[in-house]
Amino acid sequence: MPDPGPVQPSRRHFAQWILGGGFLASVVSFLYPVLRYLVPPMLPDLGGDEVVAARAGELKANTFKIFRFGSRAGILVHTGQGEYRAMSATCTHLSCTVQYRGDLGQIWCACHNGMYDLNGRNISGPPPRPLEAYQVHTRGEEIVVSRKREA
Amino acid sequence: MFKLIRNWLDERFGWDELMAPLRHKKVPLHKFSAWYFLGGITLFLFGIQVVTGILLLLYYRPSANEAFESVQYVTTRVQFGWLIRSIHSWSANLMIFTAFAHMFSVAFLRAYRKPRELTWVSGMLLLFLVLGFGFSGYLLPWNTLAFFATKVGTEITGQVPLIGRHMLVFLRGGEEVTGATLTRFFGFHVALLPGITTALLLLHIALIQRFGMSAPPSVEAAWAADPTKKREMSFFPNFLLRELMAWYIALGVLGALAAISPWGLGAKADPFAVAPAGIKPEWYFLFMFQTLKMIPAKVWVIDGEVLGVLIFGLAGLLWLLLPFFDREGRRGARWALGATIFATAYVVAMTVYGHVAK
Repeated sequence: MPDPGPVQPSRRHFAQWILGGGFLASVVSFLYPVLRYLVPPMLPDLGGDEVVAARAGELKANTFKIFRFGSRAGILVHTGQGEYRAMSATCTHLSCTVQYRGDLGQIWCACHNGMYDLNGRNISGPPPRPLEAYQVHTRGEEIVVSRKREA
Repeated sequence: MFKLIRNWLDERFGWDELMAPLRHKKVPLHKFSAWYFLGGITLFLFGIQVVTGILLLLYYRPSANEAFESVQYVTTRVQFGWLIRSIHSWSANLMIFTAFAHMFSVAFLRAYRKPRELTWVSGMLLLFLVLGFGFSGYLLPWNTLAFFATKVGTEITGQVPLIGRHMLVFLRGGEEVTGATLTRFFGFHVALLPGITTALLLLHIALIQRFGMSAPPSVEAAWAADPTKKREMSFFPNFLLRELMAWYIALGVLGALAAISPWGLGAKADPFAVAPAGIKPEWYFLFMFQTLKMIPAKVWVIDGEVLGVLIFGLAGLLWLLLPFFDREGRRGARWALGATIFATAYVVAMTVYGHVAK
């Protein structure tokens, strides 16, 4: 090849820059859809803000039931005093599903021994936050659980 | 920076020594050199299949109740899901096309001659595997067309004398095409076939590295007569860069096809629905399908389907062994060329006929 002379290298650099830059830009455009594809679509939380958690008489006193609330689990407790309490059943520590301990009168998480009271407040063990408490009311034979509305 | 890494590798593994064969490899230059790209393009499209296939696995569910819905979910809900699935389908079809074109070009250039017989055989087995990928993958969206195509396809397998029935039951996972068939085909498509294909592919590529590129006999003869006419190109980096350019173009074509003409999904398979009118297999099975349709129901005492399956089995076997018939001497060469022309013409003509025929 003849000596390219002093002007050639910068031209060559320019061509390399355009080609390399264009190539890289096209690679980014190939990767972008793939990255977006990897993100799972957000599903609307089906089931609304209200659900029939149980029927009257289904739960004996001092027992509990796990029910579906949208895509998550909720816990309905029939207390020793005959009251119904409902809250999210997902432990705020590492997302295990909690249960009601009739002997303690408290909500207990079996995974790491977390304790909540019947209002959902975390009272001992590792849970960092309270469980989201729900409203309970009866409608005829149905025990209806709903999300607490912001006042 | 690159130099530093390279020296590090070289000190430990003898990097330069490992890469030496690539540097010494030459690609013959003649008027048919363009055909050398086809194998590489097929390999590239296979790579695309692996990548997009893994992506589809993130959302696909292999059961009769959920398969169709999960594919629907990918194409309608997941961002760019339609594109990924469309590329997978288009790339599958293009790969089968380039694999066939690669096979016919190798046959016409007689690149399978000694010592490359096993390269041809491994390549043919890879082509059969690719057709297996096509057949098994076609069922996975669990739509009506796929359901009936699988029914017919496996039924034809059942026509093979003696072992046909067992093969049918093995393929279907029972007597009928059901959810069990879907689960099975899923296993074939994402585990069994990829495993075998990877092993064979490595062998195929290793053989090509070992023997280098073949020059067609006419070119070889001309170069032997006048060695000053011999022209070659280094594989690395000259040919490889051209190959990469071909891949880049292939990717562009693929993206354009997938975006302009996204692959449809059809209706969910219903085992108790009637078969739709004008049902046909995918284009790469059309030449066999059309032949079977043309054979009368009874030829002498043999069932038409059985005869067709036997003829295709025998023809496939002979074609697989093509290099062993093309011996030194003019008769072998003429025989092989005649067979190649006939096979190409037959497959092309029957595919077109099958496409046009009602």
